[in-house]
Amino acid sequence: MAELTYLQAISDGLRGEMRRDKRVFVIGEDVGVYGGAFKVTLGFQEEFGPWRVLDAPLAETAIVAGCTGAAIMGMRPVAEMQFADFISCGWDHLVTVAAKQFYRAGTPVPIVVRLPSGGGFSGGPFHSQNPESSFAHIPGIKIACPATPEDAKGLLISAIEDPNPVLYFEHKHLYRRIKAEVPEERYATPFGKARVHREGDDITLVTWGAMVYTSEEAAAQLDDDGVSVEILDLRTIVPWDREAVLESAKKTSKVMVLHEDTRTGGFGAEIAATIAEEAFEHLDAPVKRLAAPDTPVPFSPPLEKAFIPQVDDVVAGLRELAEY
Amino acid sequence: MAIAREAEPVSSLREIREAGLDREDLFGIYRSMLLTRGVEERGHILYRQGKIPGSFYTGRGNEAGSVGVATAMGPDDVGCPLHRDMGVHITRGVEPWRIFAQYMGREDGPTRGRDGNVHMADSQLGLLAMVSHLPAMLPVAVGCALAFRIREEKRVALGWFGEGASARGDTHEGMNFAGVRRLPVVFICDNNQWAYSTPTHLEYGCETLADRAQAYGFEGVVVDGTDVLAVYREARRAIEKAREGGGPTLIESMTLRMEGHAVHDDAFYVPKELFEEWAKRDPIERFRTWLRANAEMTDEEEDEIGAGVKRTLNQSMEKADASPLPDPSTVTERVYASVEDLDTPHHK
Repeated sequence: MAELTYLQAISDGLRGEMRRDKRVFVIGEDVGVYGGAFKVTLGFQEEFGPWRVLDAPLAETAIVAGCTGAAIMGMRPVAEMQFADFISCGWDHLVTVAAKQFYRAGTPVPIVVRLPSGGGFSGGPFHSQNPESSFAHIPGIKIACPATPEDAKGLLISAIEDPNPVLYFEHKHLYRRIKAEVPEERYATPFGKARVHREGDDITLVTWGAMVYTSEEAAAQLDDDGVSVEILDLRTIVPWDREAVLESAKKTSKVMVLHEDTRTGGFGAEIAATIAEEAFEHLDAPVKRLAAPDTPVPFSPPLEKAFIPQVDDVVAGLRELAEY
Repeated sequence: MAIAREAEPVSSLREIREAGLDREDLFGIYRSMLLTRGVEERGHILYRQGKIPGSFYTGRGNEAGSVGVATAMGPDDVGCPLHRDMGVHITRGVEPWRIFAQYMGREDGPTRGRDGNVHMADSQLGLLAMVSHLPAMLPVAVGCALAFRIREEKRVALGWFGEGASARGDTHEGMNFAGVRRLPVVFICDNNQWAYSTPTHLEYGCETLADRAQAYGFEGVVVDGTDVLAVYREARRAIEKAREGGGPTLIESMTLRMEGHAVHDDAFYVPKELFEEWAKRDPIERFRTWLRANAEMTDEEEDEIGAGVKRTLNQSMEKADASPLPDPSTVTERVYASVEDLDTPHHK
């Protein structure tokens, strides 16, 4: 086991797959000579050459649609959006072609699109978003949102193995901040299996991505109140682990769903609705949703702090639930 | 002043032999053109009988363009034909009964009733199924070519689009990327002069769309899309050039859409004189005349081809009608592929 940052774990996972499988190639803006805006593919072009580490023109549709064509021809493309926000320029292709080609035409589209997402560093409205729920609504696409270095590697390997289009949301705020032991051997972390980040008995907190760490800090504060919080890290939101969520909800009888994406139509709504449908009789309180407000992501630090759910917000929400 | 080259017509049997076709090949082309039109005419009848749900689209007037290009493709080449390109499916060998089954939403259509009309393709034959958003498949064709280039295979991808879709960003992004990387891809613009009801002067401001190729760093050619041999020759040149590493070509094939956008549309907005003028250049009649004059096609040969096509169509309609409708209980199946589904000719 080596201690790796979240970013190194992504990089290691990707490099390992490229060494193992000649069909895997990466394409994106500035991924080659420059090594990617965040340096995930630093040194890749030297190792794999310019035709497996392709610097693309600034054209997201050409990138993701190009991946689809190459995938149908037997390759295993991994595209990088420089920022998850720019996937809006490739939205049409993903939802119109990639997501539907297997259902309607029987042609699998095994592509991975890496999406550096999330805020917390004054990236402003176009470099901070978490657009996962927009895609969760589109049948045919899978979505991974790793929170730990170990999962960052294992879920990326699963994503590359998967015969479907996979959006892999990597949270920028975790890139160099989070460091942990990562197995050196190859392993695939299965999609649709939540991870218990922290066991607890009184409240279930369902979340993913960077919010796992916000939850962790908040839960520690609730310990002082004598309230034990269970944190479930979903790891993937399509598919998502309904069984694990419902089981934990039935155990604790109180649930908070937390995400960094905006509230209305956020994926937390789907989780809350499912709990209401499937575990209503087990609940001692209404399911609580905590999310960013329905605004663009603001730039200035105090505004951004007001936008992204903070530890204090989670603590307040958990206390309300505890006292209900 | 146009920048793109204008293709020459093919004037003799000797000339077309030099371009790689013998007399039997020519009869095969004629048969494919007849079958293409026949499938669409019969489809129209099925539609009027209420057997085809949704809408119905044809490529009448584009039989030379679609058959000519597909004839020039190599067996391992791939393409993304559109709704005016039935001739590509026919030439690549899709059995007509499966097309009728597709029209009627039956289980044996290439999309098993999951999608309709010409939104289909047989991947075994190197074709990718189109979507309604045009030209969404153009950058996908570029991606196919990218795979060929990465693996250094001598294969070529073909991407079709219409003059209407030339206005969209996908066209630009796909062509730009193909030009930058000199990928083995050939772009075919079926310019049939009408994007639904919108004429060309409201779609683009350049003299010809093929002129744009120069801006992307490759060659553009304008060809008479009613002349199947000229289309074939230009497509073959472009495909072989791409195969040998010469990069993309944009071929603009000029036709007139001889019917409305779809079956509900009587095309009142197209001037009558335009239809009359282009009717005189009907691609099938034009090629038939050419074959009589240049390839000594006899009455017997012509009748035999015609009768064979009719027989195929009759049998195909019968067979398609026997195909079951999809089982509604399967509606949620196969949204996501499993690893076994990757066992296709392409995903090897």
